[in-house]
Amino acid sequence: MSPVLEVSNLRVRFGQTAAVRGVSLRIQRGESHCLVGESGCGKSVTALAVMGLLARGAERQADVLRFHDHDLSQLNERGMSRLRGDKLAMIFQEPMTSLNPAYTIGSQMTEVLARHRRIDRRAARERAAELLGRVGITAPGLRLGQYPHQLSGGLRQRVMIATALLCDPELLIADEPTTALDVTVQAQILRLLQRLQRELGLALLLITHDLGIVARMAQRVSVMYAGQVVESAPVKALFAAPTHPYTRGLLECIPVPGTSRRDLPLGSIPGTVPRIAPGFVGCGFRDRCAQAAEVCAGTVPTQRMADDHAYLCRLAPGWSAAA
Amino acid sequence: MNLSVRSLATTLGGVIVGGVLLVAIFAPLLAPHDPYAQDLMRRLVPPEWMGGTPLNPLGTDQLGRDYLSRLLYGARISMLIGTMAVVTSGAIGITLGVLGGYFGGRVDDMVMFVITTRLSIPLILVALTVVALVGSSLTVVVLTLGLLLWDRFAVVARTTTMQVRNLDYIAAAQAAGASRVHILLREVLPNIVSHLVVVATLEMALAILLEAALSFLGLGVPPPLPSWGLMIAEGKDYMFFSPWVIMIPGITLFVLVLGINLLGDGLRDLLGAGRRV
Amino acid sequence: MTAAIALHDVRRSFISRGGMFAPDRVVRAVDGVSASLDPGGVLGIVGESGCGKSTLARIILGLLPASAGEVLVEGRPLDALDRRKRARLIQPVFQDPFSSLNPRQRVRDIVALPLAAQGGVPAEERGRRVAAMLERVGLSAAMAERLPAELSGGQRQRVAIARALVLRPRIVVCDEPTSALDVSVQAQILNLLAELRRDLGLTLVFISHNLAVVEHIATEVAVMYLGRFVEQAPVEALFRDPRHPYTRALLASVLTPEPGKGIPEVGLGESYPDPANIPAGCRFHPRCPVAEGRCAEMAPVGVTQAGRMVECVLEG
Repeated sequence: MSPVLEVSNLRVRFGQTAAVRGVSLRIQRGESHCLVGESGCGKSVTALAVMGLLARGAERQADVLRFHDHDLSQLNERGMSRLRGDKLAMIFQEPMTSLNPAYTIGSQMTEVLARHRRIDRRAARERAAELLGRVGITAPGLRLGQYPHQLSGGLRQRVMIATALLCDPELLIADEPTTALDVTVQAQILRLLQRLQRELGLALLLITHDLGIVARMAQRVSVMYAGQVVESAPVKALFAAPTHPYTRGLLECIPVPGTSRRDLPLGSIPGTVPRIAPGFVGCGFRDRCAQAAEVCAGTVPTQRMADDHAYLCRLAPGWSAAA
Repeated sequence: MNLSVRSLATTLGGVIVGGVLLVAIFAPLLAPHDPYAQDLMRRLVPPEWMGGTPLNPLGTDQLGRDYLSRLLYGARISMLIGTMAVVTSGAIGITLGVLGGYFGGRVDDMVMFVITTRLSIPLILVALTVVALVGSSLTVVVLTLGLLLWDRFAVVARTTTMQVRNLDYIAAAQAAGASRVHILLREVLPNIVSHLVVVATLEMALAILLEAALSFLGLGVPPPLPSWGLMIAEGKDYMFFSPWVIMIPGITLFVLVLGINLLGDGLRDLLGAGRRV
Repeated sequence: MTAAIALHDVRRSFISRGGMFAPDRVVRAVDGVSASLDPGGVLGIVGESGCGKSTLARIILGLLPASAGEVLVEGRPLDALDRRKRARLIQPVFQDPFSSLNPRQRVRDIVALPLAAQGGVPAEERGRRVAAMLERVGLSAAMAERLPAELSGGQRQRVAIARALVLRPRIVVCDEPTSALDVSVQAQILNLLAELRRDLGLTLVFISHNLAVVEHIATEVAVMYLGRFVEQAPVEALFRDPRHPYTRALLASVLTPEPGKGIPEVGLGESYPDPANIPAGCRFHPRCPVAEGRCAEMAPVGVTQAGRMVECVLEG
């Protein structure tokens, strides 16, 4: 079964910063794949690179950048804009600014439909109302006539999701969709995404920094650091056997209610995320890694814990700190 | 405009303004003649390239005064007026704007009332009245412009202060026990200065043009002072036969104002005032 | 023992002007908060957007006057203290490391500001104390000459902490101090705060929407909803046995990193809390999964028992 999205060795460069340095992923139909990392790791840039929405001045290269049978690296802007909003959709972090405050919800949604489908206005409104109902918004007819400022953050995000689904996309990319929302609303939105995935067979690329979301939402996880995927595994394997030192460090940083040892400090990773210049060689994590060695300044091997669990480090699978 | 064109423009603006400033300062050393010395035997001599003599490179005006010397001394008047008007209006406008923006409530209501009142006052009518009452002189022009041109300073200062007011470092300074005076001078002002510098350059250009207009109407600097506006006014009767009498000060005025505007644009980019506070 | 902080029915409203075509609205941001915190304790205040926790933080810091009610710091009314005395007692650490430092000042001036504002501290001593504080928060002496733009988020937050502690205050109010930071840096800052609190004997008010973080650092927890504390309890008790339906919903929404558990159904419905439109009766009833008819009619009264307080019609 060919994957919905296949990315191999994606590289993105902005002037003197190498934001993405060889990212590969593969997403199957209906799969939910989480791309997790902290700020500056390149996860949002990866998504924008796939969508063809990088700022001017960015250089993008990839060995493979394929969405179904469309070669995204060969498509020009016109071709990409035909895919976007149709089979390939994206929602962003800030529901406040993703919707145009000058137009009603209804007109923004019907505009998307008009762009991609030959459909008359009434049918477009019906479809929009249907989607609003699908994402759990009551009184969709009323909402279509409202302006974005009349809706709460959670509702706006639902509207964004509904808009993304208007043309039955095959892949939905969600960049930190719940970060700006309250925690109770977050749970609602994530449940909604999961339900829609099941019902529509939608593939989901979910970008987040929150490992709790990753654990509950993902089937597969790619952990990013300094522009590279440092570990990639099915979700249970990642949490059961985190192998890359960064993944382990990250898991130790998170306080979990009920397990908190108040007298002990939280695990933490010293230092800060580096900015990598093009031409950088070796492991991007070595300045913060307790296991760093001489060899980390050279090429870093890709190793496997299991067939579907790979990581980018010199340490052998199942290593422990004593080593 | 891309970056290199923009910086070229800025440099050009800086060169022009710097040049005029130097001319203004060193006018007595640079001028070949006394700008007030009349020579009725040598009236309306054309500039050198139009058939005149090297004695008066830019010709003479209708009273035989050397035009180049008048032009150079005229730069003093323009720069003096520009600077003094900006300093006065800046002081008034920035104070009002910062106080209104920082304290809000009644204080802000009053400041807005004063600004709105000022905006409804027509400049030329006021100038007319003042001149009728007090007579025209350099001081009168500077004061009139200074007391009338502060509204843009006030509006920009008020808006930027309101934006800065809500930032956490102001709250932190208050929590640290800093006095209000300290906060206004050391926390607010340095962060709005870049926007105000841009306003200052624009207001300077405006002041210079207004002085020229007022002098042209007879409401500004009195003769025989070599204000460029006055020179244009005095020359308009000879416009057709001796066009340089109008053209030369007209062109220099244009070039100076252009230079100030280019510099102001460039400063805005340099100081980051084009972006949000 | 005098409480470090005591709040008695503190209230604060704002008028939101409606403009020409809409009526003015009264926003009751803080609507009657009472609490007391012992010296050395850490009061964690949790709540979501619109609950009024940031407004409450500013009131406790003395930056915003209360519309009604009283704030006592070490037994003395806060509004009776002049700005210098208040600064020696209580200091803030804010959420956004980008906007809490003056971009035009160097680190040493930022951290020295509280000392300068006190007056009477000679420049040399100021420099000494600033250097000592920078070292204490884990920054090198070279950082003193930098501008905030040259520092990372975590470093800026350390500067903010150094500034807050340079006067050796008794109480530090932290308003979401780690929410804008990456997870790995968040842990560094939390550890730093815990360590400094122990070493300097600080009392902390720690405001956050992140329950896990609050559980780690707080001794007492108050859950805030639409301007009131709906539940208060010692930290272990609250997390082990939450009584108020909102507290339970909040705890249920926390997504722990345990794969395979799915997303919980929190049961709060679609409406969202609006401090300009506080519901009659129990303010939580429109969203409450276990609300009954009477919840819309009667305002709940706080029931205090064994050091715990719950404000729920069903508990009364």
